[in-house]
Amino acid sequence: MKYFAPSTVEEAAGLLAQPNTKVFAGATDVIPQIRAGRPEPDALVDLKKIDRLVSVQRTDATWVIGAATPTTRLTGNAELVAEFPGLVEAAGLIGSDQVQSRSSLGGNLCNASPAADSVPAMVINSARAVIATANGGTRTVAVEDVPVGPGRTTLAPGEFVVEIEIDRPPARTGDAYLRLTPRTEMDIAVVGAGVRVTLDESGTVTDARVALGAVAPTVVRVTAAEAALIGSKLDDVALAAAAAAASAACNPIDDKRGTIAYRTHVAGVLTRRAAVIAGQRAAEKNGASR
Amino acid sequence: MSRIQVSCTVNGDSVDFLCDADGSLLNALRDELGLTGIKEGCGTGDCGACSILMDDELNCACLIFAPEATGTTITTVEGLADGDHLTPLQECFLEGAALQCGICTPGFLVAATALLQHNPNPTETEIRYALAGNLCRCTGYDKIVRAVREAAAQMREASA
Amino acid sequence: MTIAEDPATTSPGYKWVGTRMIRPDGFEKVTGRARFGADIKLNGMLYGHVLRSPHAHATIVSIDTSEAEKMAGVRAVITGADFPDPSGPAGDQDLQRNVIAREKALYEGHTIAAVAAQTRAQAKAAAEAIKVVYEVLPHVMSVDEAMAPGAPLLHPKLMTKGVDPAPTEPSNVASRAVYQGGDLDLGFAESDVVVEGTFTTKPVHQGYIEPHAAVADTTPNGRTTLWCSSQGHFTMRSLSAKVLGWEPSKLKVIPAEIGGGFGGKTTIYLEPLAVRLSQKAGRPVKLVMSRDEVFRATGPASGTKIVGKLGFKNDGTMVAGELWMAYEAGAFAGSPAGAGSMTALAPYTVPNFLIEGFDVVVNKPKVAAYRAPGAPMSSFAVESLIDEAAKKLGIDPIDIRLKNAVTEGCTATYGPKFPRIGFVETLEAIKNHPNYQIPLGPNQGRGVASGFWFNAGLNSSATVHVNEDGNVIVVTGSPDIGGSRASMALMAAEEFGIDAARIQPVVGDTESVGYNDQTGGSRTTLATGAAVIEACRKVIADLRGRAAKQWDVALEKVEWVDGQAQHVEGTQPPLSLADLARGWNRTGGPLTASAALNARGVGSAFSTQVVDLEIDPDTGHVTVLRYLTAQDAGRAIHPSYVEGQLQGGVVQGIGWALNEEYIFDRNGKMENPGFLDYRIPVASDMPMIDTIVVEVPNPGHPYGVRGVGEVGIVPPLAAVANAVDDAVSRRIRDLPLSPVRILDAILNKDS
Ligand SMILES: Cc1cc2nc3c(=O)[nH]c(=O)nc-3n(C[C@H](O)[C@H](O)[C@H](O)COP(=O)(O)OP(=O)(O)OC[C@H]3O[C@@H](n4cnc5c(N)ncnc54)[C@H](O)[C@@H]3O)c2cc1C
Ligand code: FES
Ligand code: FES
Repeated sequence: MKYFAPSTVEEAAGLLAQPNTKVFAGATDVIPQIRAGRPEPDALVDLKKIDRLVSVQRTDATWVIGAATPTTRLTGNAELVAEFPGLVEAAGLIGSDQVQSRSSLGGNLCNASPAADSVPAMVINSARAVIATANGGTRTVAVEDVPVGPGRTTLAPGEFVVEIEIDRPPARTGDAYLRLTPRTEMDIAVVGAGVRVTLDESGTVTDARVALGAVAPTVVRVTAAEAALIGSKLDDVALAAAAAAASAACNPIDDKRGTIAYRTHVAGVLTRRAAVIAGQRAAEKNGASR
Repeated sequence: MSRIQVSCTVNGDSVDFLCDADGSLLNALRDELGLTGIKEGCGTGDCGACSILMDDELNCACLIFAPEATGTTITTVEGLADGDHLTPLQECFLEGAALQCGICTPGFLVAATALLQHNPNPTETEIRYALAGNLCRCTGYDKIVRAVREAAAQMREASA
Repeated sequence: MTIAEDPATTSPGYKWVGTRMIRPDGFEKVTGRARFGADIKLNGMLYGHVLRSPHAHATIVSIDTSEAEKMAGVRAVITGADFPDPSGPAGDQDLQRNVIAREKALYEGHTIAAVAAQTRAQAKAAAEAIKVVYEVLPHVMSVDEAMAPGAPLLHPKLMTKGVDPAPTEPSNVASRAVYQGGDLDLGFAESDVVVEGTFTTKPVHQGYIEPHAAVADTTPNGRTTLWCSSQGHFTMRSLSAKVLGWEPSKLKVIPAEIGGGFGGKTTIYLEPLAVRLSQKAGRPVKLVMSRDEVFRATGPASGTKIVGKLGFKNDGTMVAGELWMAYEAGAFAGSPAGAGSMTALAPYTVPNFLIEGFDVVVNKPKVAAYRAPGAPMSSFAVESLIDEAAKKLGIDPIDIRLKNAVTEGCTATYGPKFPRIGFVETLEAIKNHPNYQIPLGPNQGRGVASGFWFNAGLNSSATVHVNEDGNVIVVTGSPDIGGSRASMALMAAEEFGIDAARIQPVVGDTESVGYNDQTGGSRTTLATGAAVIEACRKVIADLRGRAAKQWDVALEKVEWVDGQAQHVEGTQPPLSLADLARGWNRTGGPLTASAALNARGVGSAFSTQVVDLEIDPDTGHVTVLRYLTAQDAGRAIHPSYVEGQLQGGVVQGIGWALNEEYIFDRNGKMENPGFLDYRIPVASDMPMIDTIVVEVPNPGHPYGVRGVGEVGIVPPLAAVANAVDDAVSRRIRDLPLSPVRILDAILNKDS
């Protein structure tokens, strides 16, 4: 096996043209998978030596987060935390402090686990993945269009994610992500729910996004729950309707971590709770300078 | 399979070792450099027994490919004390009986060192969450949490 | 021998016993210097890899190692055929077949073959190149499946022991244990309230953080040295020798530091494989398990099914108890069904009872001891039922236990009479603690449970040497899992009357100290401690004799006080330990003595615990708010390490209650062989664990010590279940009490 640490996107793309080559960022999925007996690639390509892949930048309109940036750089970025507390909390739920010195949004997305915590949080913030293509260019797709099933993505051979783009949130917008795990830490989501809402000055929801993790083969966006929240003041009726819609959107399995019934029920519970937190956060940003 | 040469700084020494592309840093440190204070409890990032500081960041050595260490500065449990002069954390672990079998202790000491670097005055809850990546099966964590709290207090006092 | 009565028992006033010295091996353990099993490295050492069965139950049709043997770096390949087929008792055959399969693979993870090569990667590649032809057989994964008529059999000749008349057909039931007394029908007829239910628990792993490791070095003339981390290197020697077909004396076992055992490191897995590989390769060989292997191949505790029924009078008096208990043994007979039967009702005086325990083989890894083996499960059933009865009768859960608690002189359900014990004291300690009065909020619940466990005595030896500078070396053969070196130093310091820092406790190898049974059964401080005390007393007797000689007085004129020989009338300047050591050339040579004993006088350990927890009624998630445990330690030699034992046992018990379980797929393969999905508690899951160390001295020990290592894990299962019931009015009789299970109980109100 060979090991490469390219310093540019182009160099990395060139290396990936070789068959059976695997990129990695934090390797927090790759190494356990190799240990568990997954077939090993012929070459490993470390993306962390490419500056663009390990940077966090904000322009007037957009945040650009390098796909291999370790989570600690997100949780340690006060401005990012202020604008996307839910997204950063989701990334900050991954593993331990040790794991978070390594884990990345790109890895979490491309590992394509249905339980990946940051993915619903990216989806509710309409994040986009900028993908380096095999011909040396890039293409940009919505994050929810990357995973297609457990361990499978729409990336073509030779492609990799360069960065995640997220538009800066409008005023009075808040996001939240909650998950259920038996333990408080070091656990994989049995259910995850992300909600983002934007309020008008009167506190009425003008825009909403709801996405669920671990309840279907991929992240699930729940437009019916969004519709239930929009136009409401996050009152009980609207929250109950959103919860019911979330439960209805589940297509889970029974597995070692949970049952269909459990996941379906708790998806509603967490959606409701996340909506309340997102609403509070949005309200707190009422009249904020931005 | 050709082996890769890696140069880095470990506990203040410049060192070189040979490794395979997919070898873990944990095995390299233990087998090639003889730093067997770092333990393997799982090899998959779940237990924290292999905790090290790499460029001042807390990491699991088992979750790092050995070639990645090139050019980095690493601290292991062997590098915490200054000769026989133990750190306040080490002293407090001993005073407070925060170890029973001791297999988890190196990882806890390194993780707690990282915690106190960032947060000199952690609450009990902060200590518990910061150390959640380190498993201990013997102590039930009670005495470990107390030892970290006590060491933090001593260190604050010393620097006041 | 019975340990001598000593006035010290009745008049404490100790100087060292009961203090919190820094453990003698502490510096090594906080600086990374301590050498555990996997840390051993020898010149020319090869690395081994074990090939394991992918099937839960299969006939091994053939094993072809020819390809593997030819691969780069490979120096030895072994299979079951490399070991003699033991002709002795069935237990020896089981031991050997668990170490390496012969005719059949009986669980996923069962060892089939092993390879030694120059690098780990080479060994792994070669193991994977071994061609094994299996004929997959139907498997049984629960006691219900295994006991069903017509169930597939694991062992074609296994006949149930303990039933009358003896069976004529083989089955998966290895044995039946029975304890009974009084008249059961009468007892239930007399009862005002009867509570009953069926309880189940899943296999759980000891979860020690250090995976098993062994290094063997065999010289061409057959002398073998084995390094391993175990709970008893003498046991490793005798068990390994059995499997190898050797005399134990051919093996020298050097104990490495041990990274947790909890009972799971009392048997052999890798040791004979490493020896045979080393013998074949002519080089030292190291074998280390991965975490995955630890889960799939080493001892979990039994999964169980228990049907229980208890009868009470209106005043809370327990008058009848009936228990039918089936324990999974894993692939070979030997579950702790017997111990579970003995302990189930032992804390209580119940005149009419019938307890039956079945040892049932299933296609899972063979169970190993785990802290108070067998007791947590049977106690879960009994203590849950008592809680139900208390609720029905409107009696406080502590009071109902006080009403029925055994005291000195009571006959235990398993036979003997209790000597002085401290059960009532633990109940009262909890009852009087402020925690027990804290008001609870909505969705919060409080649960109480008690537990009993024996202390093992067994064999211990110790040797005490005085150095020429008057410092003392104490050699025992009991591995130090949780600070026992400190306890040995404290007891020796107390005996000699010198500073504990002047005592150097050493864990000797199998050739440098007499035989010691393993560290386990809560016996080390108790029994090995007794041997240390006895050896110290022999040396002190010798010291007094030498002083008498030097002063030319009768022995009775010399007493040993505070580390020196004194003339009772004070007519001579005292002689210190160092003085006497310096003069040993003139008084009869070096100062040393050994003691060996088979400890009796062992105590009984009781614990009572109370937990407060909160349940999220919408998700079933449990938060443990506070935990208090009261345990009778007899006498705490080193209070910190006693507390540590209590706390560690409790947290393991909470894990067992809430989230830990082996999960198998329908092919009998374990689905969660890692710490991410086998969920032992993490620091943020736990509150502080408050302890009350009750000290009711054990009359059978010089210092009154009772074993403290095990009983702490007995009560948490029921305590947590009782608290869940208290919080949400749902009696759940199946562990673990995962969020999924609790929410299901909340939503399906009639369950
Ligand atoms: C102890 C532990 C706990 C964990 N807990 C959680 C948890 O709570 N929640 C959770 O969601 N996950 C968890 N994980 C899984 C893992 O940490 C996360 O999925 C993490 O975000 C992966 O990031 P990485 O950079 O380490 O990925 P890597 O392992 O480097 O890569 C993962 C996959 O993505 C591919 N990949 C990586 N980067 C790119 C890229 N830029 N373009 C294309 N493909 C790429 C790799 O080829 C690989 O297939 C845990 C892992 C461990 C070891
Ligand atoms: S060995 Fe690295 S986390 Fe367990
Ligand atoms: S002291 Fe044994 S695992 Fe922590």
